[in-house]
Amino acid sequence: MSNAVTVTGVDKVFDSGAGQVVALTEVALDVAPGEFVSLIGPSGCGKSTLLRLIADLESPTNGTVEVFGTSAHQARLDQRYGIAFQQAGLLPWRTVAANIALPLELSGMPKSDVRARVDELIALVGLGDFGDRFPDQLSGGMQQRVAIARALAKKPQLLLMDEPFGALDEMTREYLQTELLRIAAETGAAVVFVTHSIPEAVYLSDRVVVMSPRPGRIAEVVPMSLGSTGSRADDLREDGSFFEMITAVREALHGGGVAAAPRGVENR
Amino acid sequence: MTDAATLLAPPRRRHAGQGARLRAACYGLLGILTLAAVWELYKGLGPVDGLVVGDIRVLPRTSDLAMPHVWDMIARLFEPVTRAEGARVLWLEIVLAAGLTLGIAAAGWVVGVIVGMAFALIMQRWILAESALLPWIVLSQTVPLIAFAPLVKSWGSRIEIGAFEWQDWMSVAVIASYLAFFPVAVGALKGLQSPDRLHLELLHTYSAGWWPTMLHLRLPAAVPYLLPALRLAAANAVVGAVVAEVSTGLQGGIGRLVIQYAGQASGDPAKAWAPIFGAIALGLIAAGSVALLGLLVKDYRRTEGAA
Repeated sequence: MSNAVTVTGVDKVFDSGAGQVVALTEVALDVAPGEFVSLIGPSGCGKSTLLRLIADLESPTNGTVEVFGTSAHQARLDQRYGIAFQQAGLLPWRTVAANIALPLELSGMPKSDVRARVDELIALVGLGDFGDRFPDQLSGGMQQRVAIARALAKKPQLLLMDEPFGALDEMTREYLQTELLRIAAETGAAVVFVTHSIPEAVYLSDRVVVMSPRPGRIAEVVPMSLGSTGSRADDLREDGSFFEMITAVREALHGGGVAAAPRGVENR
Repeated sequence: MTDAATLLAPPRRRHAGQGARLRAACYGLLGILTLAAVWELYKGLGPVDGLVVGDIRVLPRTSDLAMPHVWDMIARLFEPVTRAEGARVLWLEIVLAAGLTLGIAAAGWVVGVIVGMAFALIMQRWILAESALLPWIVLSQTVPLIAFAPLVKSWGSRIEIGAFEWQDWMSVAVIASYLAFFPVAVGALKGLQSPDRLHLELLHTYSAGWWPTMLHLRLPAAVPYLLPALRLAAANAVVGAVVAEVSTGLQGGIGRLVIQYAGQASGDPAKAWAPIFGAIALGLIAAGSVALLGLLVKDYRRTEGAA
């Protein structure tokens, strides 16, 4: 089976009013099926841009991005991935169930099938009794869970997540991290996860991709030797190996050959 | 351009409970009573011949001819229209005329809403259309209605297709729609453009085209912008209908009565105010009916914020 994501020799240059800005240069990255990969780095390192290239929300200036062996563009048309952003981005006039149903309705799935699938997804993200609530009646953490359920609606084998827990409090964030690992293991989906937080990246990932800015590039890829992601639980956060991995990622961030301190990275 | 300015403000969600609504009604009533009290106070205390500075009258006359007592105006409503045998009571005459005008205004409103929505859709779809059309749409509202109304009437009178013959009331409805389409076009365009990038990109990742995006995202997001626009359109349609009745000389509507009774004001000053009250009530009814429409779509006025 082909890789979930194959990025080869990608450059991304944005034309701005002041001239050209190089967002990414010579980026190469493979993500295996079912693998959990985090992208971490200071602001301006192009981690979100890389995610947007994989999602075909931007196109690369040079190089190729493949998703499951097809172009990123084709993969978007075929909806081979699900996506979640920092804001949940729910439609305020739709209930929880109707929000999750939206991608299914748009693809013309029969109504009864939609209902069955939505019930499954609501159960999967643990929102059992909240199907007929509206987004403004939910907490931020619950909204984000709805967004994850929506991203999973079409059973994609790739999840793209751009700081989905960035706006949540620490308790909710840790809880949802464990939930996400469970969901990823249950669905067998590969995940590309953008984050600012070193512990979050370490806790979630098989591999942490450390990026550095000006121009945005991959500085180092740090494998996490912490066992399979599906078996991790909160006690890992207090384990010695966890701190070793945090140190390894931190050193990769600092030793990236860039004089500037990695601004925007949380060390907590 | 105050109409447009109100439309451009982002809609806010209001929590109107039962108590708040009752209080609003009380304040409304209080406002009317205050107005009546101020009227009577000035009438009682002001100089009978008004105040003239140089050649300019800065304060109006307070004579019964210029300012009838409030109670005279009300009492006049319950007297017959004329002294002729079998004449209708005045309020009934006003209600019948107002009904006719309301019907014409409603037809104008419907046409205006359809045209306004069509303009908004076209302008949203093609950015070029927005820069090409929007200035003309704004400019269209500066054309003086009085000059424009007789033209519409004379164009209309030449239309005759088979059994269909252009009626005079249709000219009035067209002019009402001419005022009504403007807030709808501007408000709907603003609303259709209101979804943020996040939602648009999300629909993009579902490979949804223009129409599904319109149906599932842009139109629902436009509802909070559309409701005030529709209300404004209703008020505009009434104003347009009244003015158009006057300038095309259509019989039987409230606009005609305003002119006709004003001509009789020297003999019957209180009577001239009756159709004015009728026109005000008409505007309130028109705007109120649209507010009821808002209740049907209340879920579309929700915001995304967490509880």
